Amino acid sequence: MAESTTFTNATQILEPFRGVKKVTLEEYFTSGHRTCQGCESALVMKLMVKAAGPRTIVLGSTGCMYVANTTYYTTPWVVPWMHTQLGSSGSAALGTAAGLKALMRKGKMKAEPINVIAFCGDGGGADMGVGAISATLTHKEYNSLILLYDNESYANTDIQLSGMTPFGAHTTFSPPGKAKRIIHTRWKKNMAGMMAAGHPECRYVATVCASYAVEMMNKVRRALTIGGPTFIHSLDPCPKGWDYDPMLSHELGELAIETGIFPLYEVEDGGVKYYGKTKALVEGRARKPVREYLLKQGRFAHFTEEDLEYFQKKVDEMWEKWEIPAVVPFRRLEATKAALEVK
Amino acid sequence: MAVATRPAPAAAEDKELLISGSEAVAEALTLADIDVVTAYPIRPYDTVMQAIAKKIANGQLVAEYIVAEGEHSQFEIVKHASTVGARVFCGSSGVGWAYAMECLVVTPPLRVPMIALVGNRALDDPGAFGVEHNDALFVRDLGWLLCWIDTSQEALDTTLIAYRVAEDRRVFLPLAISADGAFLTHSQALTLVPPKEKVDRFLPRYNRGDLLLHPDNPITVAPQANEDWVIEIRRQNNEAMARAYTVIEEAYAEFRRVFGRGPENPWFEEYMTEDAEVILVGMGTISLPIKVAIREMRAKGRKVGLVRLRWFRPFPTDRLVAALSGAQALGVIDRDYSFGSPFGSGVVANEIRAALYNAARRPPLLSFICGLGGREVTLEDVYKATEMCYGAAKAGKSDPKTHWLGVRE
Ligand SMILES: Cc1ncc(C[n+]2csc(CCOP(=O)(O)OP(=O)(O)O)c2C)c(N)n1
Ligand code: SF4
Ligand SMILES: [Mg+2]
Repeated sequence: MAESTTFTNATQILEPFRGVKKVTLEEYFTSGHRTCQGCESALVMKLMVKAAGPRTIVLGSTGCMYVANTTYYTTPWVVPWMHTQLGSSGSAALGTAAGLKALMRKGKMKAEPINVIAFCGDGGGADMGVGAISATLTHKEYNSLILLYDNESYANTDIQLSGMTPFGAHTTFSPPGKAKRIIHTRWKKNMAGMMAAGHPECRYVATVCASYAVEMMNKVRRALTIGGPTFIHSLDPCPKGWDYDPMLSHELGELAIETGIFPLYEVEDGGVKYYGKTKALVEGRARKPVREYLLKQGRFAHFTEEDLEYFQKKVDEMWEKWEIPAVVPFRRLEATKAALEVK
Repeated sequence: MAVATRPAPAAAEDKELLISGSEAVAEALTLADIDVVTAYPIRPYDTVMQAIAKKIANGQLVAEYIVAEGEHSQFEIVKHASTVGARVFCGSSGVGWAYAMECLVVTPPLRVPMIALVGNRALDDPGAFGVEHNDALFVRDLGWLLCWIDTSQEALDTTLIAYRVAEDRRVFLPLAISADGAFLTHSQALTLVPPKEKVDRFLPRYNRGDLLLHPDNPITVAPQANEDWVIEIRRQNNEAMARAYTVIEEAYAEFRRVFGRGPENPWFEEYMTEDAEVILVGMGTISLPIKVAIREMRAKGRKVGLVRLRWFRPFPTDRLVAALSGAQALGVIDRDYSFGSPFGSGVVANEIRAALYNAARRPPLLSFICGLGGREVTLEDVYKATEMCYGAAKAGKSDPKTHWLGVRE
């Protein structure tokens, strides 16, 4: 079949919401989900699709946002939604976008920009599915957004550690014991930094936190507007996995940012821009001590002073030693700096 | 060994090309105007992806051609493309097919009519490029339609038939076409390529209907169902598979009507079975040495025939029983294994045993395993199997033991 000459592969132009009062009232994620009280990931789903609007297809990989969130006969999704396998958010985004593009450019489907969003958890996205996400971020001709909702564990299967679980956290696969206090000794992956650094043709990567709802939605709108494959990493407090009173969800999100543990930034066409409270930290406001965040959560209840210090030291390094603080962990050695200057 | 199997006479508007099995599939995909295709390298199936890439590069086919980062993604990508209405194609071989397994499992319950080419290949370890059927057989219980082809012509024709069958709303199941690695994927034969107008008459557009994932049809696909609904969904799959019998029959009849060729019996090829005392059964290109051996044996007075199974899922139970139960003995030659199975037999032998269980007449059945890892199946192997079948016919009973042919002791 011949190619359509009018198809343009354009995206929807979604202007940022200028303040909370300007946010549209329509909801595309409604009642029916069965997540825990205080579940920030469920809020992320609601904000994500509210930001995207009705001409959107959402693909969701296995995890709480599938199992607890999307049950037969009680689906909360108003927009078309489809499950994808645990490690398949990248492939789901790519396949859906490619299918739409093929049909539209061959004139087999009415041409219009349709948002394609695939979400994944930290387990599905940053462990199992990182290869597929990485591949999708190199396919610049397909418009899609991959949103990683990071509740810092394999939550749906009973809170097991993932590559995104913070150092030392108590999970069902890393219980503190008498002989060993810290079982999980790995440092959390730098997922957004990795995606931005590793995919030179991915035009937009951002980190978000639903404690700052309007900004979070605006990052989603920016990602969908700019087009090509884009990536957003959202940090989502999870009362069950992190072991705290559900009413503290928002506060913990704020603390994650104020302590500098989770930076808020966007990388658009290679330019790094901090925003929100992270911007204030970069501009000199003091970071809160990490203990204020950690000790509010049962998963760190076994931490000793030594553990808290280690955690603080690692976060300090992110801010003081990384080439682009809290974004890119390399640093130029003296010899490299000198060589670059000579040039 | 060369056996001239002339294709049916060409209709005036057919082109005749000297092409391999993989190239024949690519011709069919071009005629079927597929929309999304995903590739990942593994021998021998990947020759089809090379052929499609050329079609796209030369402007003969407009499709999204995506080179995935692994077979898991390769199959997931087309799965999702199919749910938004795209006609899709992919494929693999051996451990590549195994790597995709999770994504093969989900396509039948999602009712995704993807077509895949399996260039049958031995599974690792140890490394081997040659044919074995175990790869495709992984999915035999899961709701995939499975067929085995034998010639380039059959490759082209079956690919067109495959889309018509899988995309029929009564079926909506994935379909894998198996082609023996090297023997078919890479060997060339004269093949008739029909014109596009005829194909358009035969093959309607893929219409996903009320299952289309689109903002105009905001459905939720595959929500968590648990024990509330899973067994009903399994039964629906089973019913779709059962309906495929009729749909396949219809598709072949229509194929013959439009193209003026193609088999009367979609399910299996019968070669000199009419008066056969011993019938050998196999799938794929093993038919070639068997047919030659049969002609040699018939010259010496041995009345031997061959049933070459085309369709394995759905399994043509009744027709096969009718075709086989009159023989004095049966010899099933598997190019696969099923360790620890009843009698240690291959998969096909045990399926046929099961099919015959309720038959009024059950000839003695001997089970053979042969040609694994792409080892050549020789005339000697076939003679030996046939003589053993005659022995069973004479004794009036089978030796349930499985015989491995052409193996070093
Ligand atoms: C291939 C595969 N392996 C394991 C599982 C079991 N499983 C289901 S949900 C889940 C947790 C996923 O964790 P994450 O992606 O972080 O999402 P969350 O549950 O935390 O929301 C796992 C491991 C699965 N569904 N598929
Ligand atoms: S376990 Fe955590 S992510 Fe899962 S539903 Fe509960 S709060 Fe949400
Ligand atoms: Mg998680």
